[in-house]
Amino acid sequence: MLNIAAFILALAIVGVVFEMLRRKKLREKYAALWLFVGIGTLVLAAFPRLLTIVTEFSGVQLPSNLLFIISILLLLGVCLHLSWEISVVEDETRTLAEEVAILRALIEALPAAENAEGNPTKSPGSQ
Amino acid sequence: MKTDTSARVLVIMPAWNEAESVGNTVREVLSVGMPYDVLVVNDGSKDGTAALAAAAGATVLNLPFNLGVGGAMRAGFKYAQRRGYSRVIQVDADGQHDPRNIEEVLSGLEYADISIGARFADRGDYEVKGPRKWAMQFLARVISGLAKTRLTDVTSGFRAANERAINQYLDHYPAEYLGDTIDSLVVAVRSGCKVTQIPVAMRPRQGGTPSHDPVKAAIYLGRSVFALLFALTRKRSLLQTSDKTSQEPATC
Repeated sequence: MLNIAAFILALAIVGVVFEMLRRKKLREKYAALWLFVGIGTLVLAAFPRLLTIVTEFSGVQLPSNLLFIISILLLLGVCLHLSWEISVVEDETRTLAEEVAILRALIEALPAAENAEGNPTKSPGSQ
Repeated sequence: MKTDTSARVLVIMPAWNEAESVGNTVREVLSVGMPYDVLVVNDGSKDGTAALAAAAGATVLNLPFNLGVGGAMRAGFKYAQRRGYSRVIQVDADGQHDPRNIEEVLSGLEYADISIGARFADRGDYEVKGPRKWAMQFLARVISGLAKTRLTDVTSGFRAANERAINQYLDHYPAEYLGDTIDSLVVAVRSGCKVTQIPVAMRPRQGGTPSHDPVKAAIYLGRSVFALLFALTRKRSLLQTSDKTSQEPATC
């Protein structure tokens, strides 16, 4: 019974990720990890024996412990990945902010120079 | 009206909510009578900093939100490079730096790429105490060792740069805390920029109050060591040197 619930949950995760991808609400690079997690859960729910076999093979005492350690590592990976992504985005935002400020200053300088010289075709000195 | 900017000096003034002092500081710089253009980088101020600076005769770069001194300075350097300025100098908007010293600090660029207006070098009565002082001394010693010259005030915001240094800064000028002073300086030195210092006297601020909280000072010490360690492990910038020294492998 519990297995069926786990299977349905895993199926729902995969379904949601797939749907979000299809609607372009999620980009592939983030989706890959979630699809991997979802499919892994799906496999484990379908064949619960698999977890017991791997547990015995790797010397872990309880199957649930193995499940927990894998989940924690995966979540840690996701967090780290998101921190990295947000740093990249912040850096890009910063560059854009600088660019916008410089362009605005140059544009605001344009009419002033034109009025002062009465010569609209000539642009200020440098490139 | 616009003359060749390469002969002029761009005075970059990062300002965040400095309405009290920015107008006076800009007017003072412009009244020195040297070929200075003042660029106030308005770092997302909520007060009238931008309008007051513009009214005083400065060009204003309006950053849409607060980026910190590092971000503001990088925007300034970018502007300087686009407009073709060959020398820039950073001056605080709070009036701590005496505009009459600008020419002295700039004179350091004749034999170095970065010239720092230093507060502790025998001139003036600027003093700090406790952990903040130890932090500054420690940083000064480490960076002096790297730069192979005696530097006493590496966190000074009174710094001039030539074209080589501007290009290096644009490659690496972090927006992190202390990135604008320690980090950028260490990477510049390791990339081959020459650094020198010119002793200057500091004046009391025209607006705002300096902090003397020991807890803040201790945090400052911790963060500066952190910043230094990172800076020491960063990779060097590889940039093309312009006209004069094209033979040597182009670093800095």
